[in-house]
Amino acid sequence: MRLPAQPGEWIDRTTPLGFRFEGRDYTGFAGDTVASALAAAGVSMLGRSFKYHRPRGLLSAANHDVNAMMQWGGMPNLRADATPLAAGMDLEAVNTFGTLERDAGSMLGHLSRFLPVGFYYKAFHGKRLFPLWEKMFRAMTGLGKVDFSAPRQRTPKRYGFCDVLVVGGGTSGLAAALSAAEQGAQVALVDENARLGGSTQGASELVGKVLAHPRIRVFTDTYAAGYYADHWVPLVERERITKMRARAVVVAAGAFEQPAVFRNNDLPGVMLASGAARLIRRHAVQPAGRIVLLAANADAYQALADFIRAGIEVAAVVDLRGTLPSEQRALPAAHDIPLFAGHCILEALPSSDGRRVAGVKIAPLGQTQAIAELACDGVFMSVGWAPAAALLYQAGTKMRYDAGIEQFVPEKLPDGVFACGRVNGVHTFASRLLDGERAGSAAAAHCGLGGAKPIAVPTETDSPTHPWPIVPHPEGKNFIDFDEDLQLSDLENAIQEGFDNIELMKRYSTVGMGPSQGKHSNMNALRVLARATGATPGEVGTTTARPFFHPVPMSHLAGRGFTPERRTPMHALHEAAGAVWMPAGAWQRPEYYAIHGLTREACIEGEALAVRQGVGLIDVGTLGKLEIRGPQAAEFLERVYVSKYAGLKTGMTRYAVMCDEAGVVIDDGVIARLADDHFYFTTTTSGAAAVYRELSRWNTLWKMDCGIVNLTGAMAAMNLAGPKAKQVLTGLTDVDLSLPFLAVREGNVCGVPARLMRAGFVGEWGVEIHVPAEHGARVWQALMQAGQAHGIRPFGVEAQRLLRLEKGHIIIGQDTDGLTTPGEAGLDWAVKMDKPFFVGQRSLAIIASKPRPRQLVGFMLPADHAGPAPQECHLVIDNGDIAGRVTSIAWSPALQRHIGMAYVKPGMDAAGSTFAIRLSDKTLVSAEVAKTPFYDPDNLRQKEEA
Amino acid sequence: MKIMTCPVNGPRAISEFAYGGEIRSMPDPATCSDDEWADYVFNRNGSPGVKREWWCHLPSNTWFVAERDTARDVVLRTYLYEGEG
Repeated sequence: MRLPAQPGEWIDRTTPLGFRFEGRDYTGFAGDTVASALAAAGVSMLGRSFKYHRPRGLLSAANHDVNAMMQWGGMPNLRADATPLAAGMDLEAVNTFGTLERDAGSMLGHLSRFLPVGFYYKAFHGKRLFPLWEKMFRAMTGLGKVDFSAPRQRTPKRYGFCDVLVVGGGTSGLAAALSAAEQGAQVALVDENARLGGSTQGASELVGKVLAHPRIRVFTDTYAAGYYADHWVPLVERERITKMRARAVVVAAGAFEQPAVFRNNDLPGVMLASGAARLIRRHAVQPAGRIVLLAANADAYQALADFIRAGIEVAAVVDLRGTLPSEQRALPAAHDIPLFAGHCILEALPSSDGRRVAGVKIAPLGQTQAIAELACDGVFMSVGWAPAAALLYQAGTKMRYDAGIEQFVPEKLPDGVFACGRVNGVHTFASRLLDGERAGSAAAAHCGLGGAKPIAVPTETDSPTHPWPIVPHPEGKNFIDFDEDLQLSDLENAIQEGFDNIELMKRYSTVGMGPSQGKHSNMNALRVLARATGATPGEVGTTTARPFFHPVPMSHLAGRGFTPERRTPMHALHEAAGAVWMPAGAWQRPEYYAIHGLTREACIEGEALAVRQGVGLIDVGTLGKLEIRGPQAAEFLERVYVSKYAGLKTGMTRYAVMCDEAGVVIDDGVIARLADDHFYFTTTTSGAAAVYRELSRWNTLWKMDCGIVNLTGAMAAMNLAGPKAKQVLTGLTDVDLSLPFLAVREGNVCGVPARLMRAGFVGEWGVEIHVPAEHGARVWQALMQAGQAHGIRPFGVEAQRLLRLEKGHIIIGQDTDGLTTPGEAGLDWAVKMDKPFFVGQRSLAIIASKPRPRQLVGFMLPADHAGPAPQECHLVIDNGDIAGRVTSIAWSPALQRHIGMAYVKPGMDAAGSTFAIRLSDKTLVSAEVAKTPFYDPDNLRQKEEA
Repeated sequence: MKIMTCPVNGPRAISEFAYGGEIRSMPDPATCSDDEWADYVFNRNGSPGVKREWWCHLPSNTWFVAERDTARDVVLRTYLYEGEG
């Protein structure tokens, strides 16, 4: 029933909103939640319980009512108690077989004794019946329907920063925000409700001050989903996540009112007093006409005043406490309401259709015989609180059980984390104001803003929480966990069966594992365990409160794909030339250039042939390009590479292999000496960033007189290779092209300053041209144009792989792995053990004294090999055992047979000997060990002009 | 996400940093035994406690030292490397 206008009500009576629920039309107001609109229309059954499909209604009206979850189109599991009403909503309860009214699953309630605690463990123990159970439970469990055709939702993410983040906009949170802001802090105040003020009336003056304060940013309808390291808190709004980085966090999250446990405590109409008060104050809804109030604290009597004001007839107040303060007795006495002190509700009685509470049986606490039976259509409970301490736990707060208020409170807070209000064990209104001011001031002081005010907060004189609001009943149905339909006996049985530790009991019984994550069940379950094991609640302890505080929609969590890729300056030119792209580290490189009508293999072979017979051009700008300068540059290089560079002549280059401290080959490249104290050198494409970083670390450690600069992105590089390469370049450069093999020259190419390195990676006369990145495309185009007359072709990574294989050059990472030493890879010639020191030297000395476990060799298949060829990673087999693996293999157009490289065991590496390679289909192929280079064994072509 | 303070660039998100391992002194390769060397190369002390570690601020390629209590997951101090002793 809708009440007349309430002071400060949230609904807008001028904006009616029509909606449907379970096929019937209703009308609510803007500002209603789905549940409040339905309550106003007299609908009390909002859903069915998870296991027994019992009728359920509102409990908290505070976003914890997991038995009132609804589906609206593609959106499953909307919580009716927190979802704002929208016009045109068409809602259905989620957990029904058939409809909410006629739910075939409700017969499960009669089978409850066949659904014992730990049912899954027991039922799934035998394998034989598993498929049967699985099929049955797949159908029965899970909530809501996923609409796979629902459109993709994109939810924006943003970063936020503040000095003090206050979580909770109730009395203490408001006081904390004001106090911190007044000390100069930039404050963010978050509350999951649509408006500030919390559950208690009386804070409206504070709300006005907070909203007007220039240093306080208010996030309403937003919840702090978790606490992450260094005060990082995701603030979840309906359509956005703000990743808030704070310098201090004040948790003023309040407390969850806890239900009492008695038979049929789950009937619609049985709800928390705070929930009923919310409906009255915010939505002007009278949730019941005649109620029994179950009380055990001062809050109950404040709520009682609300109920009386709202015109609710109060049949009785049942107080679990034997003695209570006189000011609490006064209110029922003044209204001639019978007060049953020291009594409990033994059971709630259902209406004839079983869908709403119709009465209660009252008994003295501890007795099983009812002394009174009262008719009512509502039972409101206010027997205690559990702190909303999830964020505090996640931040690493040490909590202790305060027996004076029967509540866990923070004992030791982490640096920069503060707590105030009910979550801090402070319940009285005036004390909460003080506690908030204290915490806000301390948080600002933590940020270096002002000093922490010395404020003493009085301790509570009257416990707000009853230690044992639990009433056993021989017929059960006294629910502890409404999410999972767990009764008192279920927990007692779990303890009996040996699961008598809070973590074990939770996992076995599933208490606290439902959608509300134990917000209403953990505390009572803990009390049951404590009593059964003779321990205090503090000794039993709590389970871990992990993020998130509320379920966060997947669309909020899903990010946009963000995989940055690097492109060389010639990218667009490759694209225009038909490049087929492949990733190489962070880079995109042309694998080959597609030609219409030709296969991939034909294109690659054509590119290789162009290099062998004419001229080709490849973009090698993805190589790492570093520069080192300084008097100790040569010495530095000698310490990080295995070869010698002190004697390298200016104007010459030398191959360079890098090992790690274990003597494993990790990178290679070419070092060019540009001056006595100036080197330019390359690394592998994928190793560039790591090598630069590691060299920088060595230089930091060794403090040598040299500096390293990373020019990888600053320089473009291309390799012009082939017998006609020199002709192409002639006329485009002022560098004397009779430069010898392995020489480096600085000069101009196409009027652009360039470094030219005579290189032999692909085995033809070639020159690597390095120019500033901004000129890369121009130089590439000029070379392609000049090469046109010579049949120049751009070639990609695949052709280069083939050409280098023909030359027997290894690729680090392909022909080496995480254990390869230089010797195994045939690089012993590069290792100069007579140097004073290099990284890996000492390890290589040890390795040299031991037998070599394997050797990389070149191999060829017989020229007449038919059928499938081996592939990379196929195994070398010797006498039925694995003896190595293939690292590279390709069809060589130059040799007209398959060539490759493989690791083999020592003794199998003699040229001319054969070994077997096992294909994927387990057939063996014979291969012959061959000397490398396969092609141009005397390396004449790369040195001499064609 | 944790915050790490680069001595040059100030407090930044941990995603901007790379870990470079604990700072360990290298035994003299000329005089140490093979076992001592192997211990240096392969063994690490993973027990929780206060560690001196190499960290690198990647965008600026700044290597520095972080003293970190791995038992409490707290960065105690960061500073540029000034040599041992």
